[in-house]
Amino acid sequence: MNLTQEHTLDWRTAARNGLLGGTIILYFGAIGMVSTFSVRNMVGTFLNLGQILSIMGAIAAGLITGRTFLKADQRAKVIQMGALSGLLAGLPPLILIIMGTLVPNSTMFVNINAELVEILTFGLGALVGSLALIVVSGLMGVLGAAFVLLGEKYRKALINALLWVLLLGLFSENAGTVLQKFLGTSAVRWLFQNKSLNPIAAIIIFALTFAFSLFGVGNKGKTKIQSLPSEKQKQLRLIYIVLGLVFALALPWMVGTFLSQVLFIVGLYVMMGMGLNIVVGFAGLLDLGYVAFFAFGAYTMGVLTSPGGFTGGILNFWLALPIAILVGVTFGIILGFPVLNMRGDYLAIVTLGFGEIIRVLAYSNWLAPIIGGAQGVLGIPTPSLFGFRLGKPEYMYYLVLLGSLVAAFIAARLRDSRLGRQWMAMREDEDVAETMGINLVQTKLLAFAIGAGFSAASGAIFASRLQNIFPNSFGILVSINVLSLIIVGGLGSLPGVVVGAAILVGMPELLREFAEYRLLMYGLLLIVMMLAKPEGFWPEETRKRELHAKEDWDNNDADAEVVGAAD
Amino acid sequence: MKINLERLSWVDVFLWVFRVVAIALIIIGIVNTLSSGKYTSEQWGTLIFAGLAQGSIYALIALGYTLVYGILLMINFAHGDIYMAGAFTAVFLADKLATTGFLAVHPWLSLLLLMLLASTISMLLAVLVERIAYRPLRGAPRLVPLITAIGASFAIEYTFRGLYGPGFHSYPDVPPLMGDVNMGTFAVPRVQLVVFFAALVLMVALYYFVERTKMGKAMRAVAEDKEVAMLMGIDIDSVIVITFALGGALAGAAGIFNGLFRPQGVYFFMGFVPGIKAFTAAVLGGIGNIPGAMFGGLLLGIIEALGPNLFLEGLGIPAANQLKDAIAFTVLVLILIFRPQGIFGERLSEKKA
Repeated sequence: MNLTQEHTLDWRTAARNGLLGGTIILYFGAIGMVSTFSVRNMVGTFLNLGQILSIMGAIAAGLITGRTFLKADQRAKVIQMGALSGLLAGLPPLILIIMGTLVPNSTMFVNINAELVEILTFGLGALVGSLALIVVSGLMGVLGAAFVLLGEKYRKALINALLWVLLLGLFSENAGTVLQKFLGTSAVRWLFQNKSLNPIAAIIIFALTFAFSLFGVGNKGKTKIQSLPSEKQKQLRLIYIVLGLVFALALPWMVGTFLSQVLFIVGLYVMMGMGLNIVVGFAGLLDLGYVAFFAFGAYTMGVLTSPGGFTGGILNFWLALPIAILVGVTFGIILGFPVLNMRGDYLAIVTLGFGEIIRVLAYSNWLAPIIGGAQGVLGIPTPSLFGFRLGKPEYMYYLVLLGSLVAAFIAARLRDSRLGRQWMAMREDEDVAETMGINLVQTKLLAFAIGAGFSAASGAIFASRLQNIFPNSFGILVSINVLSLIIVGGLGSLPGVVVGAAILVGMPELLREFAEYRLLMYGLLLIVMMLAKPEGFWPEETRKRELHAKEDWDNNDADAEVVGAAD
Repeated sequence: MKINLERLSWVDVFLWVFRVVAIALIIIGIVNTLSSGKYTSEQWGTLIFAGLAQGSIYALIALGYTLVYGILLMINFAHGDIYMAGAFTAVFLADKLATTGFLAVHPWLSLLLLMLLASTISMLLAVLVERIAYRPLRGAPRLVPLITAIGASFAIEYTFRGLYGPGFHSYPDVPPLMGDVNMGTFAVPRVQLVVFFAALVLMVALYYFVERTKMGKAMRAVAEDKEVAMLMGIDIDSVIVITFALGGALAGAAGIFNGLFRPQGVYFFMGFVPGIKAFTAAVLGGIGNIPGAMFGGLLLGIIEALGPNLFLEGLGIPAANQLKDAIAFTVLVLILIFRPQGIFGERLSEKKA
């Protein structure tokens, strides 16, 4: 979609971009993101995430304006239009400053307050600060626009360097704990001060990464590999896989207990994602009640192994796990039956209803004698292997790593199997698939059942790690989490599940300030992904070609055609 | 009717068994409850009126689903949150009106102001969502706008959480709505009657708009066939915008009614469950069908009010009121199995269903 095509290119385009960028910052400020993020220092104590967020609008506006003018061969105008965009991007946030100054303690807009004004005005007071904000925004607009004038090589290097510095600054706490094992305490203490990157270190890292990527270290390897014969490439890939496995095995001991716990959670979501990917990505059945199977797995594990539970803990983890999976699969089939004849949106809402019914039932007094009602199931034992208790997150990480690998293996084999092709045929067109002799009932039920099995296994592991489970762990938000991560990673793509889980589950766990805005980000991300990049960040090859085939055909015919895959 | 046994698949058998069991359970529950004589007819009457008032709120929200579905054949997943937006914003005005004493002096004018504000906010939001999340994706695979709709739903919820905070806010008491109205042998809270009749007025107004005005005619034409309507010189985009605006305005009004009706207050997640329930109501009456949505809403309200006591207690389930929410969702599943086209709906063609 290219909005600028319909208009002649002049200062109005720049103005519109600027105001739009500024309005987005106004929005982020009003919902409290700027204030919340400002507690996380990035570089030194003078640059925090809130400030970066509040100038982001101007940079983006300048960038987009610059690119538009460059594309239209108006190189001379790039900088001045970028400046205009940037200046105008500084205007909408002024509303926040005015509101926050006039009514510092609003009961309505709880996040527009003196604190926000302080951040937006760089602590210079309302009047001077407002001017400063506009000037800074203008400068950022110029920088954004100037960026597009750089050569391709410099641009890439600049992005690389900026990313490194920003990521290190963002995750400075976690990076510190990891690096301590390799660099020693004193080096880390110098590198990261006040929970942020040391300014001098930031400059050095920036210079190093910039130089490295400018002189193309590491880029040559890729072309070298591609020139190798295919047999050699296969061998290389095998080596990579083995190296990756070794890395994955060593990971928890490099990163410590807290990050292992995060990795464990990411792993759980990878397992669930693999399952939902089969249902949504392969078979095209949008299931919003996926959390129900997670709950079935968790409760089965809890009821069967907890000594204080309904059965008094008759089984251990390893015996209960297959039963939990079986229960999940069975319910996958049972809940699949009523929805066999439904499509798309109906299916989504009915499965959503299922998820809610399960949650309501889990809370109810009716089933409380068995599954504990609002009290949940308590005292679920951690699994042990040959008498060795897998008590620490590091050990549980291995369990979940194994589970994810098995899930990924099954999913990969299924994708390339006859059944996988049937699923994809069904996803593209049910009627045609049926005409081709595909048994829709069987194919759909298998998708639900296998997906449910993965989720139940994940739930069972979850229960034995947490030891106590409560009904409120099984809300709709889990389903939305899993759905978001497979969409961000790329529907139908297996590496995409891992990427999606790492971004959407791992990152909010590391950045606690983000937690409050987690679902807001997911929601916005779903919309933006569907508008701009429907194939996801790590798409399946065929799907990517499919989704962009039409674009190549009629590039001028903008709008909706971009996502013209299947119906 | 001759049934060809060879063509009868085991799925159909399962579904038939499911239907029979469902009906049997409902009948057993009702018979057990009624024969136990635990509740008097007055109590049933009270429940029915409560159900009607709640149902009229569902009906108003359901109209938004139905209007949009009728024209775009998509479920506006974010509609429940559009309903929330109006009610959540207007509660601050209500608070102001109550503290300044304006509410006590001009209660009806205040209510009108609140409804206007809530409807405007919901309407603007509905139009905005259409513009950002749905319009660029018109003609995309059906999964795509559905996913953006889910995204929009969560984005709206957490935007309002960020704007107004995560807490609950209660609507102040409106003096003329307090107290009961005597209905012979039993009393009905006055607020329920007012909500019911006010909702009825809005529904009639909508029906009149769609059936009698030129814009309504255009909406019906677009619902029938978009291409032909375009050829007739109808501006499809503006018709769609009007449709979203109408649905949003009704949802905003429903939000105010809900605030008056229920003391526990409004908060950012309040739209989620009523959203699904209203969708159930729309499906119950036949999605795309305006009188159907009204009827479906009222019916669902009554089923939900009577359900826990009438079916579930008869089946011996303790604390049946906890399962109230599950009833609505079960109704949704049952209606989609028994009669997916709804009570008044025509059988949808394969493409639409």
